[in-house]
Amino acid sequence: MKKTKSTIQKSGLDRRAFLASTAAVGFAATASGLLVPSESQAAEEPQRGGHLVLGLDRGQTTDVLDPGTYTGSAMFLVGFTWGDRLVTTDPVSGEALPSLAESWTSSEDAKVWTFKLRKDVRFHDGTPFTVNDAAQTLRRHSDKDSTSAALGLLKGIETIEEKGGDLVITLKNGNADLPLTLTDYHLQIQKNGGMDDPNNAIGTGPYKLESFEPGIRITFSKNEDDWNEDRGFVDSVEVLVINDNTARIAALSSGKVHFINTLSPKTMPLLSRAPNIETISTKGKGFYSFLMQGDTAPFDNNDLRMALKLAIDREALLKTVLGGYGTLGNDYPVNDAYALAPTDIPQRAYDPEEAAHYYKKSGHEGPILLRTSDGAFTGAIDASVLFQANAKKAGIDIQLQREPSDGYWSNIWNKKPFVAAYWGGRATQDLRYTTSQLSTAPWNDTHFNDPEFDKMLLVARAETDQEKRRALYREMAIKVRDNSGLILPVFNNFLNARSVKMKGWIDDVGNDLSNGQLASRAWLVS
Amino acid sequence: MTENQPVTSAAGKAPVPGPLAVLRARFPMGSRIGERFLLGIGLLFASSVLIFAGIEILPGDFAETYLGQSATPQAIANLSAEFGLDQPLVTRYFDWLFNVLHGDFGNSWASGQSVSTQIADRLGNSLILAGAAAIIAVPLAVGLGLLAVLYRDRLVDRLINLISLAAVSLPEFFVAYLLIMVFVVQHPVTAFPATVYDSMTLLEKLQTIILPVATLVLVVIAHMMRMTRAAIINVMASAYMETAELKGIGALRAIVKHAAPNALAPIINVVALNLAYLIVGVVVVEVVFVYPGMGQYMVDAVTVRDLPVVQGCGLVFAAIYILLNMTADILSILANPRLRHPR
Repeated sequence: MKKTKSTIQKSGLDRRAFLASTAAVGFAATASGLLVPSESQAAEEPQRGGHLVLGLDRGQTTDVLDPGTYTGSAMFLVGFTWGDRLVTTDPVSGEALPSLAESWTSSEDAKVWTFKLRKDVRFHDGTPFTVNDAAQTLRRHSDKDSTSAALGLLKGIETIEEKGGDLVITLKNGNADLPLTLTDYHLQIQKNGGMDDPNNAIGTGPYKLESFEPGIRITFSKNEDDWNEDRGFVDSVEVLVINDNTARIAALSSGKVHFINTLSPKTMPLLSRAPNIETISTKGKGFYSFLMQGDTAPFDNNDLRMALKLAIDREALLKTVLGGYGTLGNDYPVNDAYALAPTDIPQRAYDPEEAAHYYKKSGHEGPILLRTSDGAFTGAIDASVLFQANAKKAGIDIQLQREPSDGYWSNIWNKKPFVAAYWGGRATQDLRYTTSQLSTAPWNDTHFNDPEFDKMLLVARAETDQEKRRALYREMAIKVRDNSGLILPVFNNFLNARSVKMKGWIDDVGNDLSNGQLASRAWLVS
Repeated sequence: MTENQPVTSAAGKAPVPGPLAVLRARFPMGSRIGERFLLGIGLLFASSVLIFAGIEILPGDFAETYLGQSATPQAIANLSAEFGLDQPLVTRYFDWLFNVLHGDFGNSWASGQSVSTQIADRLGNSLILAGAAAIIAVPLAVGLGLLAVLYRDRLVDRLINLISLAAVSLPEFFVAYLLIMVFVVQHPVTAFPATVYDSMTLLEKLQTIILPVATLVLVVIAHMMRMTRAAIINVMASAYMETAELKGIGALRAIVKHAAPNALAPIINVVALNLAYLIVGVVVVEVVFVYPGMGQYMVDAVTVRDLPVVQGCGLVFAAIYILLNMTADILSILANPRLRHPR
């Protein structure tokens, strides 16, 4: 695979040729697999022991251990290292799998959910994990005065009760995805729900917190009493916060850390040439986007919105800004990393003529102001300049205004009518649409307002027949694609790198850093 | 500066000197230091007002920026109420000032930790880094400056100038990356990242910070060296140096004994400026070497508008700056008897 990547860089293959060549590689691999057993990580028996060091970005001195506050990648991983959620996800299919909850059932209308919890689990301080701890955790995050980032997710909960040794959650409206909602990374189960001290980090995860110096270094030791034997292979884990890109790469190249995250597409091919380093590109649910507020002039005109959607060269953007490390977007916020994703919606392509046609039809004249910033996503300025050049060919005049990264998410995004923005993935399509396409959502950043869509979202949420749900989600995707103010040219891959000494990485569609579980999955070659 | 007014008015209206003027005549040094001290406190107040206003002018308040893209109106309202962000600006400033005057810097809004404890930790780290760099850089710079004068316009002088100018022309992060490339990636001989922890001994800490110290030395040395050289050369042009030379004193002795003492004042000033920079201005070096100093702490606090922390750091920085400059002024006065008795 490494070789394929470097050929793309050199010969500048287009995407189709890339697909053809990877298909060839795939074929060759299966054919040769019969003769020479290929080195497959899954087949290797993990070794135990060692001290794992991870160099991660996006950690700050202002970080705290309360999982309700986690935002950056460092704390995201830290939560999974000391904690467990009730439900976890399958790395490939994204389906809900048992974790602290061993099984669950729901009422017909998906309103009342009963979770059977494990009884053999102890917290790091030796006290047994009980239903009360799970209930208290969910109560703390869903209380109306909570400052937890998961508050919005849990709004639909009516009551949280303990009945006959089980956890019973009653919802205001049916939600077939409740188990997946509980996989959110803020919902790490804490002793007494963290009600005594939200920052105590006393969980049931594979490692115990040893020391916490926010924004500098966080260390863990193996939880010898772990209920799950298939994880936590090393003796101790050290998370070093290295926010500077070059310093992270230097730390990995010199062997001071085993893993670094957030590489830029430009450094990927360079780094993959180093003998002791493997670069990792993982498909994700996050996307780069340009957002138009559909109720603000001139974007209240669907012809103009359509013109702009057709006036962006997605292939070029994927190749230049992302270095090919991503997949094309189709103007709805879901890709095949989501369960029940639509598969047969035609891909929208760059068409200056068609764009010019819609632009003329819209009757709009004069320049259109696009606000952009490096804080929106990596390469946002480049992407905006490319968009500007593409649109010019269709006769559309986009003017760029560069905004400071500092405060971009509080002052520009969701406030100004046309902006560059990034969105991370969500556990389910329902959550994805509920977060930013539902007309009443606070983060409805395109001001999409379609009562029909809102109704379908609620119906799909309570629908337990998977095929019916799939059909509903397909229709909803088409609505967003053709009517909303969302221009979604690409989904980006997560770009990381590891030392060859570290193994056990699993590509996880859930989120970056092996869905946060890198420390519990990784092992070291002695 | 209020205590100056009675003096000037007294001098203007009546020939009888006021009590303050008497004091000043009696203890010229003491009163000058006292004046400086009061002025320093005034400056601290002014800077606290400026920092407060600056954070206020920045778009977005703590609740909005801390929650970032995950902000909901409900969560913002909850946070704002918790920290009294809904109070008027002036009320909030005086609340803060009242607490500070009672020795309470408050708790960080973001982490809930005590600001003074955290600053003490961070300041300790910054002082170790700055101290190590200064102990190497200051004698080296002054020594090289003297050497450059001694071999003025000859090869040694040219070489010293060339190398120090090259070092100062490169941005500090670039010097840092070069050092990392050579001493970490190509020839792994030094520690990296240069993160120090509480559990380390002082010796371990010093071993860990070799690279950032080297970077800082390279960055500050040229300024001090060139100032030393210029100041001494300036003095060398004066008549008494010519006399010394005519008397037949050796060049080194003339420089060390006669020229250097008279060039002390500007050298002390530039050293103080560089020391202040080493403590308060090295955030870029901190970031590149992952060093937990004051700079990174303050920048993180500014990005989320964590006001108590920003104010605390700002005050400490201002105090260090004022203190170092005051020390430099006093030392210059001591070094030059003419300045002790202002007309």
